[in-house]
Amino acid sequence: MYTRIILTLALAIPCLAIAGDDKSAEEIAKYREMVSDGNPAELDEMRGEELWKTAAGTKKASLEKCDLGKGAGVVKGVYAELPRYFADTKRVQDLESRLLTCMTTLQGIPEADITSKPFSTNNYKSDIEGLVAYVVGQSKGMKMAVSLKHPKEKEAYEIGKRIFFYRAGPYDFSCATCHSENGRRIRLQDLPNLTTNIGAQRAYTTWPAYRVSQGLFRSFQWRINDCFRQQRFPEPVFGSELTVALTLFLAANANDAVYDGPAIKR
Amino acid sequence: MGSPMKIRAAVKDGITEVKILMGHAMETGLRKDAAGALVPAWFITEVTAKHQGKVVLEAQFGTAVSKDPYLVFRFKGGAKGEKVSVSWLDNKGDTRSDEVEITEKV
Amino acid sequence: MVNLERRQALKTGGALGLWGVFASLGLMPSFAHAEWNKTLFSAKSMNEALDLIGAVLPETSGDIQLNVPEIAENGAVVPISVSSSLPNATQIMVFVDKNPNVLAANFNLPAGTETFVTTRVKMGQTATVIVLVKADGKLYRAAKEVKVTQGGCGG
Repeated sequence: MYTRIILTLALAIPCLAIAGDDKSAEEIAKYREMVSDGNPAELDEMRGEELWKTAAGTKKASLEKCDLGKGAGVVKGVYAELPRYFADTKRVQDLESRLLTCMTTLQGIPEADITSKPFSTNNYKSDIEGLVAYVVGQSKGMKMAVSLKHPKEKEAYEIGKRIFFYRAGPYDFSCATCHSENGRRIRLQDLPNLTTNIGAQRAYTTWPAYRVSQGLFRSFQWRINDCFRQQRFPEPVFGSELTVALTLFLAANANDAVYDGPAIKR
Repeated sequence: MGSPMKIRAAVKDGITEVKILMGHAMETGLRKDAAGALVPAWFITEVTAKHQGKVVLEAQFGTAVSKDPYLVFRFKGGAKGEKVSVSWLDNKGDTRSDEVEITEKV
Repeated sequence: MVNLERRQALKTGGALGLWGVFASLGLMPSFAHAEWNKTLFSAKSMNEALDLIGAVLPETSGDIQLNVPEIAENGAVVPISVSSSLPNATQIMVFVDKNPNVLAANFNLPAGTETFVTTRVKMGQTATVIVLVKADGKLYRAAKEVKVTQGGCGG
């Protein structure tokens, strides 16, 4: 098992241009500090706010009646409490799956229209990703407070935890392979230890984010899908119970930290 | 028409600071797409900022300016409620103009 | 009008100034659309760019502050901030010496605009960011190397 990981990491080494000594780490910290001023994710937030307020779909409705957990139309602070159990759908939902519910039920947009192309590319801007940018930006500065009171929330947490440690795929990877030890790194990227409060807090509160390397805003569902891709797992269904559960596990581990997204990342 | 800019203009101690985010692909013309074909150059060439109609900055960009350009500059003067407008022009002739009111920086 | 101010800048900018060169190349702008100088923005080296401006590489100046990261985690976004205490500055030019087109951006500063600009540029590889500031018709220089680590091999 270990040999395999080392081998995989070794394959990535040609990309490592500069060793991560203390001086480099300091300079990279300075770089990150400098790019954090003027985050292009703000453009996605603007786009998302417009989409939220604009009538769309066969029902010609805006999303201003959408209940993201704190009542119809409330956007402020909702992301810090998601995922959560929703009585109307009788399931735990994260932001993306809840937006999907609102867009299909309130606006009458066919689900497949949304889930077939949920992520932006260089030539395409995804509506749901724009909405995500707007909603998460409205929780900036708020404390993460994900509830584990409802039995379904507790259940989701346990499912999420199992997925996190579940080893599979051709490399026998799990999320935990990369994210359950302190000080692990791929190239220059320090990998957060998501099993600790502090690691989960640092990671979760800075997603979604504008990815500099791709020049695009990326949602949390995209982040999880990309982890799965790197584990050589099949791509999960958008808004599926599996990704919601994993998101809840990570979000709850980040509780009490101040949400600071959308961030900007390399 | 391009996508809306995000502009902030805030005055403090007689100096107005303007921060502009422009949504633009800024294609260099040197990048290849997945099929191996060159993606044509497409980038903002000029940016003009005005305060109450008077030009306060003129910028020309080359292909090296990053995607979704960010620009910060400062000019003397400006008062709360006065207008700062920014417009850009790209190499395909597309343009975009947006305007904000100056706020007081605390 | 923009154009009128440009012409005034030309009159006061000195024969070897950028706008002087624009005029000598027949590129003197007559309306907004033509103001982007294709020749200069296509210069492949610092020497070629300096030839086009009609200048030799000026002295470095301690009166220009160039703030760039020593290491850029991703060359797609390299933050650059320039400020200067040089009096009567009218222009800031930002170059990246190893880029395919060396001139990244040019800023004309009307009277009353501070000699300060922050922006972001792309860098294909480790290179030197060179900034030229024109003040009282004379060019001054500041330069710093930025190491670029390519981050394009994974998620």
